[in-house]
Amino acid sequence: MTTDTTAVACTGLSYSFGETKAVDGLDLSVGEGEVFGLLGPNGAGKTTAIRCITTLLPVPAGMVRVFGHDTGKDRMAVRRLLGYVPQQLSADSGLTGRENVELFARVFDVPRRERAARVAEALEVVDLADAADRLAGTYSGGMVRRLELAQALVSAPRLLILDEPTIGLDPIARTGVWDQINAVREATGMTVLVTTHYMDEADQHCDRVGLMHRGRIRALGTPTELRRGLAERQGGDALPTLEDVFRDVAGSGLDDRSGGFRDVRSTRRTANRVG
Amino acid sequence: MSEAPAAPRTVSAEPTGTSLLLTPPQPRSGWRLLPARVVAMCAVELQKLRHDRTELYTRAIQPALWLLIFGQTFTRIKAIPTGGIPYIDYLAPGIIAQSAMFIAIFYGIQIIWERDAGILNKLLVTPTPRSALITGKAFAAGVKSLIQAVVVIVIAAILGVSLTWNPLKLLGVGLAVVLASAFFSCLSMSIAGIVLSRDRLMGIGQAITMPLFFGSNALYPVAIMPGWLQVVSKINPLSYQVDALRGLLLGTPAHLGLDFGVLAVAAALGITAASSLLGRLAR
Repeated sequence: MTTDTTAVACTGLSYSFGETKAVDGLDLSVGEGEVFGLLGPNGAGKTTAIRCITTLLPVPAGMVRVFGHDTGKDRMAVRRLLGYVPQQLSADSGLTGRENVELFARVFDVPRRERAARVAEALEVVDLADAADRLAGTYSGGMVRRLELAQALVSAPRLLILDEPTIGLDPIARTGVWDQINAVREATGMTVLVTTHYMDEADQHCDRVGLMHRGRIRALGTPTELRRGLAERQGGDALPTLEDVFRDVAGSGLDDRSGGFRDVRSTRRTANRVG
Repeated sequence: MSEAPAAPRTVSAEPTGTSLLLTPPQPRSGWRLLPARVVAMCAVELQKLRHDRTELYTRAIQPALWLLIFGQTFTRIKAIPTGGIPYIDYLAPGIIAQSAMFIAIFYGIQIIWERDAGILNKLLVTPTPRSALITGKAFAAGVKSLIQAVVVIVIAAILGVSLTWNPLKLLGVGLAVVLASAFFSCLSMSIAGIVLSRDRLMGIGQAITMPLFFGSNALYPVAIMPGWLQVVSKINPLSYQVDALRGLLLGTPAHLGLDFGVLAVAAALGITAASSLLGRLAR
């Protein structure tokens, strides 16, 4: 059910690439202020779902609403509410950290009189103030991720969407990125929608998760609810992990639909760049 | 339902130093949006050039060689009718147009690189209509080409080409370079939206660049071309750019009204085509 406090509402969201149904009747509701994790393997449809929510892919009216705005009818209003960090390391290496953030301040219409201060604040929040005037090409993978976070935050979004934000990062950098996300969420109360392969991260940092497989949500709830649910079904004393829940939902066999060539190449390229 | 407010939300904790990041900026609307996006894209181009001027220097080599070798040799041969001016003078506007076109025609490769790097998707999720994004990029290509044109004009002046220094005429030169670069960059971005891969675009870019150059009046007058090439030259925006540059820089007879009209229409059509194909790159 969609309410005033619903950040994202997908109703029967479907999207096909030719014959392939990437998202197949997705129903999803993300409440305002929560950190929601969309989990699943390559090809599960989570990136396509994110692209529909962010207006990158056109969907008919009535399928996706962001804070009440229909992405099919009111794209510009939706975009003004979004901060988006794609899977790839998307900072421009030919610009400094400050210039990267400044570009997003400009395209979100931050007035000139407050642009410099707002950009400086965004860089300060992600601990990049000291490196702000270095070219982004000299940053480490973790620093680039934090820079992208600053780019997304400079417009004060109500919904922060992160597509695989920690892919390819070492454990310390992963923790650093999550610390920043949690600090920002605590400070601003913004809603966070994140996709990830890492079940341990989702378990630790997400309020609720949706396990996606073959274009649909197969399980939905808090990580603890899902783990307890599986424990009750299976019996036994030990509480299963979220990965066990996922394996139970999706099966463990090889899946020919697990990600197209471009998905895998993009994932590997990102991992190579940060690793 | 689409009237749901985008008001600032309740803040659970407000640490010092993030006050501005709690308030969404006031959106620009109407006619003010397009110039703001164009300025944003041009600023990025200038910032990049400020950090790395290598491209500016390396791209100056080819036009310098054209003027130095081709221009000076053909000036001696006197084989091409130039209306009484030295061939190197006749050639200089053509080389300015050529070097600007070479920059713009590879903008499609840049947009595919931005697609692969995730930069394009991130920009497409901002409140920037696709037409404004393409217009911004087209004018950014114009700014880059303009800087290149200044370099070529300086080289031509050093080589003794007698050019005008009338500021109004130079402004006209700038406008012609920007409009033509906007068209060629949009042509390239449109092809990028069709072929979707860098390798294919590089092949096509190279395949169309030479016919555009040799099928124009950059090197020789249209009158000495065979009939079929004259038709190519008539539909080639580069010819109108060269005609305008020659008229403004050298004072030769030109059709400035027609030239600027064709360039403006070509740029507008290019922006329309590239904007409508941009969505294919986002998929």
